[in-house]
Amino acid sequence: MGKTIVEKILSAHTDTDNLRVGDIIKARVDFAFANDITAPIAIKYFKESGARQVFDKKRVGLIPDHFAPNKDIKSAEQCKLLKEFAQEYEIENYFEIGKMGVEHALLPEKGLVLPGDVVVGADSHTDTSGALGAFAIGVGSTDFAAVMALGEVWLKVPSTIKFIYSGKLKKWVSGKDLILYTISKIGVDGANYKVMEFSGEVIKGLSMDSRFTICNMAIEAGAKTGIIEPDEITLEYIKGRAKRSFQIYNSDPDAHYEKIIEINVSKIEPQVAFPHLPENTKPISEAKGIKIDQSIIGSCTNGRIEDLRIAAEILKGQQVHSEVRLIIIPATQDIYLQAIREGLIEIFITAGGAVSTPTCGPCLGGYMGILAKGERAISTTNRNFVGRMGHPESEVYLASPAIAAASAILGRIASPEEVK
Amino acid sequence: MIIKGKVWKFKDNIDTDVIIPARYLNTSDPKELGLHCMEDYDSEFVKKINQGDIIVAGRNFGCGSSREHAPIALKAAGVSCIIAQSFARIFFRNAINIGLPIFESVEVVDQCSPGNILEVDTVQGVIKNLSKDKVYKTNLLPEFILKVISVGGLREYVKEELKRREKNV
Repeated sequence: MGKTIVEKILSAHTDTDNLRVGDIIKARVDFAFANDITAPIAIKYFKESGARQVFDKKRVGLIPDHFAPNKDIKSAEQCKLLKEFAQEYEIENYFEIGKMGVEHALLPEKGLVLPGDVVVGADSHTDTSGALGAFAIGVGSTDFAAVMALGEVWLKVPSTIKFIYSGKLKKWVSGKDLILYTISKIGVDGANYKVMEFSGEVIKGLSMDSRFTICNMAIEAGAKTGIIEPDEITLEYIKGRAKRSFQIYNSDPDAHYEKIIEINVSKIEPQVAFPHLPENTKPISEAKGIKIDQSIIGSCTNGRIEDLRIAAEILKGQQVHSEVRLIIIPATQDIYLQAIREGLIEIFITAGGAVSTPTCGPCLGGYMGILAKGERAISTTNRNFVGRMGHPESEVYLASPAIAAASAILGRIASPEEVK
Repeated sequence: MIIKGKVWKFKDNIDTDVIIPARYLNTSDPKELGLHCMEDYDSEFVKKINQGDIIVAGRNFGCGSSREHAPIALKAAGVSCIIAQSFARIFFRNAINIGLPIFESVEVVDQCSPGNILEVDTVQGVIKNLSKDKVYKTNLLPEFILKVISVGGLREYVKEELKRREKNV
């Protein structure tokens, strides 16, 4: 019988023969990373383990992005730990402020995670890199410490659910809408412990930026990871970035899937996930009119250049509503610079938006856009749990950059079609 | 190990932002994290819970972020064991890796009420509801995971593995 792309990647990274779903294996890791929240605990455990060095100085990444640039003294102390550890153990991929970006946007951009890789990140949105055709999983700090010491990770070979998207996308419908729609169909634990393989003509027609958005939110359906088979668009993206050789894997036509779910996208409208779960999704036509206090455009989900271009297209010549705070956060320095060169930042500032240096900041209620009691945000981020962006009695509505931009102008959840 | 404790019952989809809100993630001190455990769900939870109590929850417990601070906060607050209908996968790993016993059982969760006293044999996977006089058998953990637990968690496993590799060089 044939194999899925994930089964092929894992087979190539373990000594176990005839790998089967459910087997517990030790897999060799191509790249491992952590951030200023998860690394400090891992650093402590790594030092206690007796390891003299990390498994490979080129294959470990430390990215202070969550509460960085440092939001307070405690965060500063955590970020300092990363810097000192990187110096002490000669870790090459430490990204200081000014070079730093939101980890899941930064690592693919720098060519540090590649097709066919096993990637382990101490952050749940590590699945983002699955868009490159890598097996990328989020873990906790102890797991990351173990990978730094041993260069391998224990894991259970997961089964795969294949999603096939067909039809024609309506205007303003993006990768974000497809993944929100998919999560609403299967629920927030619909893919628990499993892989979501995204495929079909619609996926093949999407840019890398949109593919990253889709894989990014596989975790919101509980998935171990999301993955997309590499194609010409992937190779074009990798060109000039890859820092080492890599391997392309594809699923066999007779591969075994736990389930195959076919989705026709032709009738899907832009989606909005209501509080307090990403599965509480409604089409924009049923979400219009909800008054908002804040609009966030950014994050590992939607802080890439394509997202900023769409937001700028809608915001050009417009004014942000007088009662709304629009905060735009390019996910990396390169994206930020590109946005400046294309004139997007000028559009945002002229419209009355605030633009920030890369940070995860508001997405997880860190800083740079915290909600007060009773306030509501529309956000291009990935979670809308209770208290996620601030006060436990605040609310987050998840949507695409197009919806977030239109809503910022009109002061209520709105479609770009309504912007005159 | 035998654990005995009082049940605190929770609904489906208890996420890591509720278990330990991100505003407290600028520290990794277990004591401090424990003080804010479940604060946005029930601000009195930490005051009400006793050392050794057991959390019983619905589906997808621990969904969301990969923060190991979530099981650390629960453990520091006094939670000795979690039994849920299902766990989100990263939380499941993290709990095992830090040595917080967790079990999946739809039956136990369905049939137990808040305040019940449970007795859990973590090695045999046997859960007794002493208040209702019922005994349940859960699935045993896979061999490798049992090995990790038996040496005292993933941190100890790594130490042993490093020593083994050094000898083989």
